[in-house]
Amino acid sequence: MSNEIKKTHEPLFHVAKRDSLSPLKGLLIRVIAIVVAILLCSILTFFLIGTKNPFSLISTLVDGSFGSELRIWRFAKDLAVMLCISLAVTPAFRMKFWNIGAEGQVLIGTLASISCAFYIGDAVPNGVLLVIMFFASVVAGAVWGLIPAVFKALWNTNETLFTLMMNYVATYLVAFALIKWTPDGSSTLGIVEHGHLPEIFHPYLLLIVIVGALTLGIYIYLYHSKQGYEISVVGESQKTACYIGINVKKVVIRTMVVSGAICGVMGFLYASALDHTITTATVGGLGFTAIMVSWLAKFNPFIMIATSALIVFLNQGSSQMSTAFNISSAFPNVIVGIILFFIIGCEFFINYRIKFRKSKGDAEK
Amino acid sequence: MFKKLLSLCLAALMLVSLVACGTPEDDEATLSASPLPEVELNADFEVADDFKIGFILLHDELSTYDLNFMNAVDTVKEVLNLSDDQVIMKKNIPESNKCYEAAKELVDLGCDIVFANSFGHEDFMIKAAQEFTNVQFCHATGTKAHTAGLANFHNAFASIYEGRYLAGIAAGMKLNEMIEAGEFTAEEAKIGYVGAFTYAEVMSGYTSFYLGAKSVCPTVTMEVQFTGSWYDENEEKSAAQALINRDCKLISQHADSMGAPSACEDAGVPDVSYNGATIESCPNTFIVSSRIDWAPYYMYIIECVTKGEEIAVDWCGGLKEGSVVLTGINEKVAAEGTYDAIVDAVAKIKSGEIKVFDTDTFTVGNKKLETYLADVDTDAAFEKDTEAIHDGYFDESSERSAPYFDVQIDGITLLNSKF
Repeated sequence: MSNEIKKTHEPLFHVAKRDSLSPLKGLLIRVIAIVVAILLCSILTFFLIGTKNPFSLISTLVDGSFGSELRIWRFAKDLAVMLCISLAVTPAFRMKFWNIGAEGQVLIGTLASISCAFYIGDAVPNGVLLVIMFFASVVAGAVWGLIPAVFKALWNTNETLFTLMMNYVATYLVAFALIKWTPDGSSTLGIVEHGHLPEIFHPYLLLIVIVGALTLGIYIYLYHSKQGYEISVVGESQKTACYIGINVKKVVIRTMVVSGAICGVMGFLYASALDHTITTATVGGLGFTAIMVSWLAKFNPFIMIATSALIVFLNQGSSQMSTAFNISSAFPNVIVGIILFFIIGCEFFINYRIKFRKSKGDAEK
Repeated sequence: MFKKLLSLCLAALMLVSLVACGTPEDDEATLSASPLPEVELNADFEVADDFKIGFILLHDELSTYDLNFMNAVDTVKEVLNLSDDQVIMKKNIPESNKCYEAAKELVDLGCDIVFANSFGHEDFMIKAAQEFTNVQFCHATGTKAHTAGLANFHNAFASIYEGRYLAGIAAGMKLNEMIEAGEFTAEEAKIGYVGAFTYAEVMSGYTSFYLGAKSVCPTVTMEVQFTGSWYDENEEKSAAQALINRDCKLISQHADSMGAPSACEDAGVPDVSYNGATIESCPNTFIVSSRIDWAPYYMYIIECVTKGEEIAVDWCGGLKEGSVVLTGINEKVAAEGTYDAIVDAVAKIKSGEIKVFDTDTFTVGNKKLETYLADVDTDAAFEKDTEAIHDGYFDESSERSAPYFDVQIDGITLLNSKF
């Protein structure tokens, strides 16, 4: 045994928080992450599925979203839907109110719209019906946001659990309505004939324009309005907000109503522009995906266009993979999972830096 | 490090020995030949090289329901020598506008036929059919083709109630065997049935199964427990367990998971499963299983399109077409003579001697059913519109392909209802 005194052991590398990183460098790290992820996935696909060449994955992913005029329109439409729900959760997130109830807020909005079309569709002209449907949806979504906000503001309940549970309430209300509306027991409503938004040039164009306008509106609201500023302050520190005279309870409630109302708009769009029907799976989990989209965009509406596009691109690419390679949908899900892992994982390298131990030579110098 | 490695090796060794101990010692369960096998498909027509067919599926191969459709696609692909480019499958398409989008995309890719497999796809298929009049849209399990008035939209189903009737015979004979062995009295013979929804398709199914059993075991009764889902393994398992606890002597199901069969295997209660044999995981309880084979329908629509003929508005494949098939019988569990009895009944159904819903074989409120209005034409009010009983039987699936028998007959008790 040696009698040498053991020196403090310095690890090979350690992690330190970055002070700040130029936006360009941040973007570069993200691009590298995506490129590495896609390369890795290409290799995996090449060896596991036995595609013709290593680039099949990339070409299939691109083909899924941009392979034909039809697919480009569908991509734009799905992007608009994803963006709309992501925008909806954003105001609450900016004040660190973790609203995971977008799924239910959109669904209840759709239910409100479809109920109007179902019950009074015959009685009123289409234009009037659309206006009624719109307000019904917005109010329903807003109420679904208001309830957890009031409980949070008055009794400090946990908003994450509360909004999550509100999703189930909405889902079961839809199930209940479907049972009532379809006495044959099929629980399948089918297309409701009334309350369809007019088609201008293309069935999806109006929807895309509406969401585009909404994006601009939300951006202005969050960055250039007094209320938007209040939201940011509450998000930074509730104590600061109190100190400068902001009524935190009021801001929490108001912001959740705004969030819920935007979800309601999406609900209205589902009913009037897309499905014209409702099932318990109408929103299909987008309310949860929106959380990631919004977070990846750092809660900025314009960056959200890019992150929504990325998610939609991956989703459509994965279903295209399943069709093109004639494989089960499990493998494309793995691929999407790997890519998302890299994208989320790279945030670590943006926030932290890795410092390697200086080599012995360096230390002696 | 060495210790870690050693313990890992030991753990692996134990695992291997565990598996070795687990090999079954009891006599092997074997399947007999099927009394109602798949029919031989032969193509006496040439499919053009530029022909394409597209399929829209609700889920993927993880669901037994969708897998059944996919297997039939593979069969037809092989028989007709179709290339990969000629058959396009869109999986995991929900019952929403996404179905319309998928149909549109399949048309865009050059499909001559678009087929969808879920009930809720129907309205979106109709929407696509209205837009693309030169493409044929075929929809399984739907109800609206005969009233939609579109030349290119068609419904299809199979007389699976006949398959269930035949499986019911196997169940009745098993009950008889158990009665003779003194396990319970004839009056105690009770079947438990796990159903998905209280809906005509399921009601037609369990009633035909019950009537099949009753044709050989006249004292049999039945209890039905609904789960409210087409696929929910836990619900189905606990429903089956509840029925077993209520003294049901035999279980069958109309839901898509392994829940009910595995509950039966655990409890040692004989089971008639659905959509394929469960003999591998349930060697001691599986008797027989019925399912719809979609390959004959695919062949039919492809032949029609190839030859430029019209596809029937409603197509209900039966025993003759090979749309209804049975698995082999598990000789270890089934009563003796089951195979012959079923083969005999198949011949009688084919000749018309046996009508599954013969009104002499069941009563409603202790009275013979003389007249019944069924809801055949789908409308918003769900009005009952069509007389279904003539010549002494309920004429299932003749007015439209999807089942519409929704009568609650004596001898069957519904423990709950789920819509």
